[in-house]
This record gives sequence, C-alpha cells and structure tokens, in this order.
Amino acid sequence: MTTRCLVSISDYSKEEIIEVLQSASEFEKNPNQRLLEGKVVASLFFEPSTRTRLSFETAINRLGGRIIGFADASSSSVQKGETLKDTIKMVDNYCDLIVMRHPVEGAARYASEVAKHPVINAGDGANQHPSQTMLDLYSIYKTQGSLENLNICMVGDLKYGRTVHSLLQAMSHFHPVFHFVAPKELRMPDEYKIYLDELGIPYYEHTELSEQVMNIADILYMTRVQKERFADLLEYEKVKNVYILKNSMLNGTKDNLRILHPLPRVGEIDVDVDDNPKAYYFEQARNGVFARQAIICKSLGIK
Amino acid sequence: MASKKELQVSAIENGTVIDHIPADKLFDVINVLCIDKIQNNAMTFGTNLKSNQQGKKAIVKIWDKFLEDGEVNKLALVAPEAKINIIKDYEVVEKKLVQVPDNVDGIVKCMNPKCVTNYEYVPTKFTVVNKSPIVLRCRYCEKMTDQQNFVII
Repeated sequence: MTTRCLVSISDYSKEEIIEVLQSASEFEKNPNQRLLEGKVVASLFFEPSTRTRLSFETAINRLGGRIIGFADASSSSVQKGETLKDTIKMVDNYCDLIVMRHPVEGAARYASEVAKHPVINAGDGANQHPSQTMLDLYSIYKTQGSLENLNICMVGDLKYGRTVHSLLQAMSHFHPVFHFVAPKELRMPDEYKIYLDELGIPYYEHTELSEQVMNIADILYMTRVQKERFADLLEYEKVKNVYILKNSMLNGTKDNLRILHPLPRVGEIDVDVDDNPKAYYFEQARNGVFARQAIICKSLGIK
Repeated sequence: MASKKELQVSAIENGTVIDHIPADKLFDVINVLCIDKIQNNAMTFGTNLKSNQQGKKAIVKIWDKFLEDGEVNKLALVAPEAKINIIKDYEVVEKKLVQVPDNVDGIVKCMNPKCVTNYEYVPTKFTVVNKSPIVLRCRYCEKMTDQQNFVII
C-alpha cells in the first residue's frame, strides 16, 4: 500500500481528485466504516480551528480510528519553546497519520519531510487548505453532476482568500469559465491570472455582483470582504454592501445554481438566502466529513 | 584581442577568473562566494574596468581555487552574466558560462516573512519558475521571491 501526503491541492492529479471524490460519495452512502480500526491519528492544531478540527475528528471517528493531539498550541510543548521539527518527530513515533493546522506557511510541507508517516495539511497560514478545496469540489460535483464546463463565479476577497486560489487551481483541470467579482483592492492576484492564461482558461473580472454575471453562473462562491484588508476605510464603506447577496438577487438565476461559502460568513450572505434551495453552504460543510474520510483513506493507502 | 591583453595584464598561474561581472555586483559576488572568508589564496578584485560589452565591469581573480558547481549556481543569482575562466599553467583550460539552475537550495532567503524557513532552522528550497529575471517559488510556503528581493543567506 502506498501512503500519500496531502499538503497542497497540486499534490493531487486530476485522476486522483476524481478518485477521492468518488470515494467521498461512497462514504456519504455509508459513513460508518471501521477502516481505521487499530490506527492512531494525531490531530495537531497549533492554532484553533474548531470547524476544521471537528470535521476531521468526526471523519476519523466514523472510520473507527483513535485520535491523539491538541486543539491549540497553548496546551502543547510548543508553549515551552519546542520546535516544530521536534514536536512532529515525537508525535510521528506514536501515530499512523498526522493531521495538522499551523499558522506558519509551509509548516505542513516541512512536517511531511520530517515525518515518516503521511501528513494531511489542515491549513498552513494563508497558504493551503487542501481538504477545504476537496470538499468544495465534492460539493460542486454533487450538485452539478460533473466538474466539467462550469461557470464559476467567485465573489469577495479574491486577493487574500486561500480557498478561492486553491479552488481555481483544482478546477483548472475541468474546463471552467471563471468570473471574478471583487473590489479593486481585493482583485485576483496576477500570478493566478497568468496561470489561467497559460492554460487557456477564460476569465472575466467584474467589480459588481450584477444580475448579468449571476444569471449565467452555475456556482456562486462567496467569500468574506474583511474590513481590515482595506488601507482606506472609506473605500471599504463604499464597497461593503455591493458584495452582500440577498434572496431577491437570485430570481433570474439558473435552476442548477448553488451558493457556496467556506464559512464562517459575517453578513455577506443575507439570512433570507438560507431558505432558498440554491443555498448550499451548510450542506457544503457536511460534505467536508465525507471528503476528509476519503482523503484520510487515500493517505493511508486504504481502499 | 582585448581579452588577451587583459589576461596578460593580470595573468594568474592557476585558479579562477570571474569576468564580466556587472560593476555594481562585485561586492554581491564576494558575499555570495564568501570570498572574504578565504584565508590563504591570493586574490585580485577590480571594478569599473572598461568593457566593450558592458561599458563597465568587475573582475575577480583567485589563485589556486577552482569554483565548484554549487558555487557557480550561487553566482547565477547575483551575476548571471558573469563568465568563469579556469586557469591552469597560465592558460584558460575551461570557460564556464554561469547557468541559472532549475533549483536553488539554501542560498537565498524566502521573502515571505510568514514562511516556515524564516521561523525555524529549515534550509530554503526553491524551484526556479523564471530564469530572466529570476523568479523563485518556495517549496514550503509556495510564494514567489523575485530577483529584486534576493537576500543571500
């Protein structure tokens, strides 16, 4: 059995992405499978992330695995000044798999070099969060029936939002058309636009969430526009309401449109959208457990 | 003929001549190659010398030292246009063009302050994603470090 780290979404080929999504769909049909019987998984959260941690730990529990670890660095030896290398070396002696969240970028890649057992990155600073990307892909796959030839509309903070960057990279395998809706300050960075240009993938940039854009979208991927990202607060005041999605805006949209959001949301999707059948963000979070079950099993070479 | 004259002027018996260094990069080259740490080899440095190609150039000559590949790679990061002549018995026996490598390990600092390589002892590793100008992608944080922001470790 070959084991496999997942540190960055680019670690998976197109075929592997599809394989993991199919496996996630199996887990959704039958979530309780004791495939991790006798295995110990280290869940190392050097910074708190309740949502991600609970999702991973639910996935491990449903697979019958045992969990060791910590929920924030204050309760670990990191507090005493232990290096990341030493913590990983120590934990690696005890477990079969490491799931880790760390505020420093590149921490997971480094851990994967230090550890003998596979490492799954549950977020390294503003860099990568590949299990989020896999659950986003699974949500798109499930609601659209395919990942091919979709109109993906990304809204909000496209500059700093790591989820949109990883999703863009992963979706690039599947012939999408992108629409980027963002204020000038938070536009999609050039390096990603160059990346799309090189692959010949069309994209369009907008500064407003207009009816025209919404009505052609298959997926509306909302993100939070954070006040602290703006140097000029007046600028923030001008744009903050432009990117709030309201139920009335969904009237002319396609039937298959689904609204995704990595959560937590803070006002960028009005609560009146929640009851619209096109709102998908809560199911999206639920899909995370199945996607993570599939990722864990792939990491350990099970199934 | 000019180059022949130059070699005659400052001929060394055995060693390395690093020629065609941009005049303002002499001290970077000295830093990158840690030439200031060399104890026993005789050395000559020249800068603001006339050059037909570059206008002004710098030159470094080190007696009895032959640059290895790793050192040549380092040079590519500060003076990619430099030319290396290996001298044996007063003759140029080998001319090395500085090649920009595909990977750069442990020479340049990652410019991302949040990168793990700037937090604990992790030697940097980069993939060269563009050769002119040089752009490096960090293996760890996946961010780019460009030539204007090179800090040599």
